[in-house]
Amino acid sequence: MLDPQMWQMITKAFGETVTMVLWSTLFSVILGIIPAVLLTLTAPDGLRPNKPVYSVLSFVVNVFRSFPFIILMVIVIPLTRAIAGKAIGTRAAIVPLTISAIPFVARVIESALRETDPGLIEAARSFGASDLQIFTRVYFKEALPGILAGIILTMISLVGYSAMGGAIGAGGLGDVAIRKGYQAYKIEYLIATSAVLIVFVQLIQSIGNWIYNRLS
Amino acid sequence: MIEISHLCKRFGELTVLDDISLTINYGEIYGIIGQSGAGKSTLLRCINGLEKYQSGSVKVDGREVGALSTAELHKLQKQMGMIFQNFNLLSRLNVFDNVALPMRFAGLNPRKPEHRERILELIELVGLSDKLKARPRELSGGQKQRVAIARALVLNPHILLCDEATSALDPRITQGILSLLTRIRDEMNITVVVVTHQMEVVKQICERVSFLKDSRLIQEGRPEDLFVMPNADINAFLGKTDETLPTTGRNVRIFFTENAEEAPVISMMARDLNVDFSICRADLNDFRGQILGSLVLNVKEEDAPRVLAYLKKAGCIVEEGN
Repeated sequence: MLDPQMWQMITKAFGETVTMVLWSTLFSVILGIIPAVLLTLTAPDGLRPNKPVYSVLSFVVNVFRSFPFIILMVIVIPLTRAIAGKAIGTRAAIVPLTISAIPFVARVIESALRETDPGLIEAARSFGASDLQIFTRVYFKEALPGILAGIILTMISLVGYSAMGGAIGAGGLGDVAIRKGYQAYKIEYLIATSAVLIVFVQLIQSIGNWIYNRLS
Repeated sequence: MIEISHLCKRFGELTVLDDISLTINYGEIYGIIGQSGAGKSTLLRCINGLEKYQSGSVKVDGREVGALSTAELHKLQKQMGMIFQNFNLLSRLNVFDNVALPMRFAGLNPRKPEHRERILELIELVGLSDKLKARPRELSGGQKQRVAIARALVLNPHILLCDEATSALDPRITQGILSLLTRIRDEMNITVVVVTHQMEVVKQICERVSFLKDSRLIQEGRPEDLFVMPNADINAFLGKTDETLPTTGRNVRIFFTENAEEAPVISMMARDLNVDFSICRADLNDFRGQILGSLVLNVKEEDAPRVLAYLKKAGCIVEEGN
C-alpha cells in the first residue's frame, strides 16, 4: 500500500482525471445551456411555446443521451482530431466527454429552469418585463441552486465516464484501475484508485452542497 | 379610467368572457366578484394585457389594450401594479430586492439614492421596515402580501389590480390587507380593481362591484345594491338558498337599504301595535361603515296585515313570506 511507485502513478492519473472532468464540465455547461434555454422557451409551458422545435430538439437530445460512451468516443474521433489536434491523450478525451455531457447538462438545466413557479413568470409579465428580462432575472435567478445541483451531478457522472478514457490513451484513475488493478491482478492498485475516486467524488459533492446551501 | 365594452374571450371552444361591459372610474375601488371559473381573473388579465381577447374593447386611459405593440404594452403594464393570491415573490430575493424588481425591469437602478428612497418609503408604508433583508420564506402570508403590494406600487402606477389577494389569508390578516389597500387608494389616489370570491372584501372596501356568473356580467352596482336585496343568482352564490324559516304564522322580511336608523321601527311597532313576534333571522352587514341588511320577523297570521301596513307606512321595504 505504501509503494511509492504506485502513488506516483496514481498522482499523475489523478491529475489527468481532474483535467478531463473540469474541462469537459466547463465546456458541456457552456454548450448545454443553449439547448436548455431553447427547450425551456419552446416547452408547452414556456414563454414561446413551439411544439415542432421542442419535439425535434428533445428528440436530438435523447438520441445523444442514448449513445454508449465508448461508442460515442470512437464515432467522434474525426471531430476530436479536428478540435484537439490529435485523437489520443488526455486533451483528446475532453472532446467526447464534453459531447456526451452536453445533452445531460441540457436536460438537468432544462428541468431546473422549468421548475420555476409559473406565478413568478406571470408576475414579471404583469410588470412589463421582456422575455429576456424574465429569463435573466426570474428563471435563472430562481433556478440557480437547481442548475448548480445539476452541474455537480454532471461532474460526478463525468468522473465515471472519464474512466473509459483509457481506451483512447487518456490515462486517468480509471485507466490505472483497469490496467494495473484488474488486468494485472494488482489488488492494491484497485483499492488505492477506488479510495482516491471515492474521496474525489465526496469532495465534489460536499463543495456542491455547500454552494447550494449558500445560494438557496 | 378603464372602459370595457362587449368584451368576449374564448379559450378554444370554451367561452370565458361573454359580452362584458363595464366602466371603472379613476380613483375608485371596484370589485369583480363571482364563483371560481366565472371568468373574473381572466377579465382582470385582459385589463393589463396578460390575456388577449377575441372581440370587444378594453380601453385604459383611452388606449385599446389589445391594439398595443409589445413595447407599448410593456410601458402600459409598468403603469399598472398587480398582486396575486399566492404573492408570487422571488424566493431567492430579500424584501428590498423583491420590491425593487419592477424597477430593474424598467431599467432603473434601485441603488440610486432617489430609487432606493422610493423603495424604502413603500416598505415603510406596508410596515415591514424591520424586514428589509428577510427572504420570503421567513415571512408570514400577510407579510408576503405586503411585500407584493409594495412591489406593485414601486413604479408609481395609477391602477392596482388585485387577483384574489386575500383568499389565501386568514380573516384577521385579510382585514389588515384591506385597510392597507383603502389607505393606499386614499393617499396615492390610484384606481384599485379587486377580483375576489369573498363577499367580505367587496362589502368592506368596494364602492362599486360587478357580479360575474358563467362568463357573463349579471349585475353591477354598489355592493349594498347587490347584496342587501340579492337576486336569485347572488343568493345562490352566497349559499342562501336553503334558509330555514318557521312554517307557522307569517314571515315578514324587512330590508335596511339606507342605514340602520330604521332599526328602532321594530321596537316602536311592538309598542304601537302591541303585537308579539319573533326575530327568526337577521342578516346585517357592515358596508364601508354602514350597517345594512335584512331581518325576518315571524308574526301571527291575524297580526300580519297590521304589521305589514305599519312597516310600509314607516317607509320600510318589506317582503312577505309564506
